[in-house]
Amino acid sequence: MSLISEESEVAMSKLMLSDEILLKVEKPARYIGNEVNAVVKNKEDVDIRFAMCFPDVYEIGMSHLGIQILYDMFNRREDVWCERVYSPWIDLDKIMRRQKIPLFALESQDPVREFDFLGITLQYEMCYTNVLQILDLSGMALHAADREESDPIVIGGGPCAYNPEPLAEFFDLFYIGDGETVYDQLLDAYKDNKRAGGTKKDFLEMACQIEGIYVPSFYETTYKEDGTIERFYPVNSKAPARIKKQVVMDVTHTTYPEAPVVPYIKVTQDRVVLEVQRGCIRGCRFCQAGMLYRPTRERNVDMLKDYAYKMLKNTGHEEISLSSLSTSDYSELKELVTFLIEEFKGKGINISLPSLRIDAFSLDVMSRVQDIRKSSLTFAPEAGSQRMRNVINKGLTEEDIINGAGQAFEGGWNKVKLYFMLGLPTETEEDMEAIAVLADKVARRYYEIPKDQRIGKCQITASSSFFIPKPFTPFQWASMFTNEEYIARAAIVKHAFLNQLNKKSLRYNWHDAEVTVLEGVFARGDRRTAKVIEEAYRLGCIYDSWTEAFDNEKWMKAFANTGVDIAFYNLRKRELDEIFPWDFIDVGVTKDFLKREWKRAMEGEVTPNCRVQCSGCGAARWGGGVCFEGKN
Amino acid sequence: MKVRIKFRKFGVLKFLGHLDVMRFFQKAMRRADIPIAFTSGYSPHMIMSFAQPLGLGITSEGEYLDIELAEAISSEEAVFRLNRVMAEGIDVVSFCQIDEDKKSSGMTIVAAADYLVVPKEAEAKALTEHNSTEPVFPASWEQYAAAFMAQPEIIVLKKTKRSEKEVDIKPMIYDFHMEPSGIRLKLAAGSEANLKPDLVMETFLTSIHEESYPLHYHRTEVYAKNPKSSEPEFVSLESLGWRIPGERDIV
Repeated sequence: MSLISEESEVAMSKLMLSDEILLKVEKPARYIGNEVNAVVKNKEDVDIRFAMCFPDVYEIGMSHLGIQILYDMFNRREDVWCERVYSPWIDLDKIMRRQKIPLFALESQDPVREFDFLGITLQYEMCYTNVLQILDLSGMALHAADREESDPIVIGGGPCAYNPEPLAEFFDLFYIGDGETVYDQLLDAYKDNKRAGGTKKDFLEMACQIEGIYVPSFYETTYKEDGTIERFYPVNSKAPARIKKQVVMDVTHTTYPEAPVVPYIKVTQDRVVLEVQRGCIRGCRFCQAGMLYRPTRERNVDMLKDYAYKMLKNTGHEEISLSSLSTSDYSELKELVTFLIEEFKGKGINISLPSLRIDAFSLDVMSRVQDIRKSSLTFAPEAGSQRMRNVINKGLTEEDIINGAGQAFEGGWNKVKLYFMLGLPTETEEDMEAIAVLADKVARRYYEIPKDQRIGKCQITASSSFFIPKPFTPFQWASMFTNEEYIARAAIVKHAFLNQLNKKSLRYNWHDAEVTVLEGVFARGDRRTAKVIEEAYRLGCIYDSWTEAFDNEKWMKAFANTGVDIAFYNLRKRELDEIFPWDFIDVGVTKDFLKREWKRAMEGEVTPNCRVQCSGCGAARWGGGVCFEGKN
Repeated sequence: MKVRIKFRKFGVLKFLGHLDVMRFFQKAMRRADIPIAFTSGYSPHMIMSFAQPLGLGITSEGEYLDIELAEAISSEEAVFRLNRVMAEGIDVVSFCQIDEDKKSSGMTIVAAADYLVVPKEAEAKALTEHNSTEPVFPASWEQYAAAFMAQPEIIVLKKTKRSEKEVDIKPMIYDFHMEPSGIRLKLAAGSEANLKPDLVMETFLTSIHEESYPLHYHRTEVYAKNPKSSEPEFVSLESLGWRIPGERDIV
């Protein structure tokens, strides 16, 4: 009865790593490739080999939607074979260095150095030493200028590419914006150049003329005596003075994977992900994504339904999740969620709805898709006091929060998570203490429910992270604080929790301050900060976003050895007319708008969201999305 | 309806751990549209159980999992659909109905397992060349193997998390002999007594002063005690099932 044909006998795909190594390292399935829906082509049949890298461990990298979209898009081209690369975990990293094993791509298991391109997605600042790890293990020079003519073109992309300067000397080029737009142009240019026998520099000159492509070696920066930027300018006549962010305006008729790769081991995002929209209408002043991805563009609901079917069928995943910056603002949400529940709930498919605003609709939906007793509800007030919430433009009132929590408690929930930020601009001690007061008010609302109608105690968990000012936000002018000051602020909040009536039902925890300081430096860093990253890497730093690997002492040593001053990047007051390292990028949202918003923040004035009233941020010039809703 | 699936695991997928193989089959059932039954309750999960975990690095052509079907599907159709969605390194050999009785589930009835041991570099041959006449080990080992089994007892030091103790593994070795294709083992398996092939081989290699000889292990079959008679003593888990009739749906 066996249907196995003779030809399919013994798949002996070759692996870069020996059995001996694979049996020694943690989770060897991270390194074997061969997953369902992984794309395997014959390398002789393609013109371009593209290694797409997420510089973190497999389980994190495999959970990233952007890479799945690009992987699928590239592989639709017959002349391109795109493969995946992730950071080898610390155990394998050591072995590869000792035994001089080159970093390889998962599908072919071929060395990365043989590829035409190495694309690295930059999702958070704390992956920067891992970027160097990737280059180093590949056997390439860290600096683009020192690499061989035959080495792959190294491309950076993702949110951190909006301030590429700290990484400028390690990359050949950066792609700024949505990947769906000009990659084809870039790949075609590469082929043309190869055919014409052009050099790497010839290609970079072609690339820099494509909108959205930044070739850092074609630009120079001069600094004033006080250390701020005097001038940033192109030194190659072909390079434009400003780089325009790429935006895919029609997010319905664009490329989206129908059959994403299915990992063998459990990854962070082990489910089908439907991106319902790109961008956010809210305008929170601390949020970089909310500014970078303007204007908000929604996907057609029928397209999403169709993809839900196909993706579940092709992957076999048992869960589907909706993704976007603020899913509650998706205008067809009700229709989509009702469809998903009716269509898939009965087939044992879990429906996961993160980041929904708590209201009657979302509570009803959640009570249908999850076990109330086990799950907790999440609110992100971001700040404790109303004054502070106005400063950050979080359009959420205390009444909204208490009412939402009240409805949830009456619906049977008794666990609530609250997320806050500390170290926000203009923050006072009163604002800090308000975090504890708000958490207590939520608990009080629970105990208003008659004893016989509630299930035991409630559990309110408040967490705070420290605010980090990001480029292209109204808070890009904000100052940060020292490590000690952050810890002191968290201590004030902690102390305030002890004074609350329902302190036994409340919990408070806060994120690490040391990492915050570093993230701050590189988020708004310039080209001079590159040597700190390189020195930290030389001192042995990798996987800095992992608590078990993070070593602050080494980082402090790296700053000391290179003479780079943390205070200059984090503590200094930035003037409104200062030239920022990222100012050469045109993201649509204008610097004038950001200044206006910064001033309004200082006055505690709220700005309405895009659907209520246009604030003239500049994104309307893309000619679509929420800016033109109902204006056809 | 209870069903037993036999599958092979080889190539790079020998590095897939037991839990990940379970996850793989859960997703494969959905991709293949197998009408598998779910538990009731708030978060239903597939009714699925594996007979005998396979150690990391070991290949096999005799792996088993039992599932419960919500509606019938023919063996032929099910094997076809499953193999259409497998990955390179796992394929389905058979799909058979088994007794509804709880006591017949693969997990509880496992009693023995067969292994073929070959030199590491001959790993590829383990799956394909069962009846090779070209000997893979030195010819002298045939006698060594016979002598090994002729011992009245084989004492090994079994290490557990807490202690070390001496155990006689001889009663758990049902067969140990050499053929041109490799060394064949039949060992006790399951919840009552379980012997791992590497422990046996390490003991053997030590006895012939070949401690560091690199080996590859390949499981060829998993057995239950014969429920009907004492001869043969063991029957394969597959043989306890029967084919579900029906043609393949025309797709």
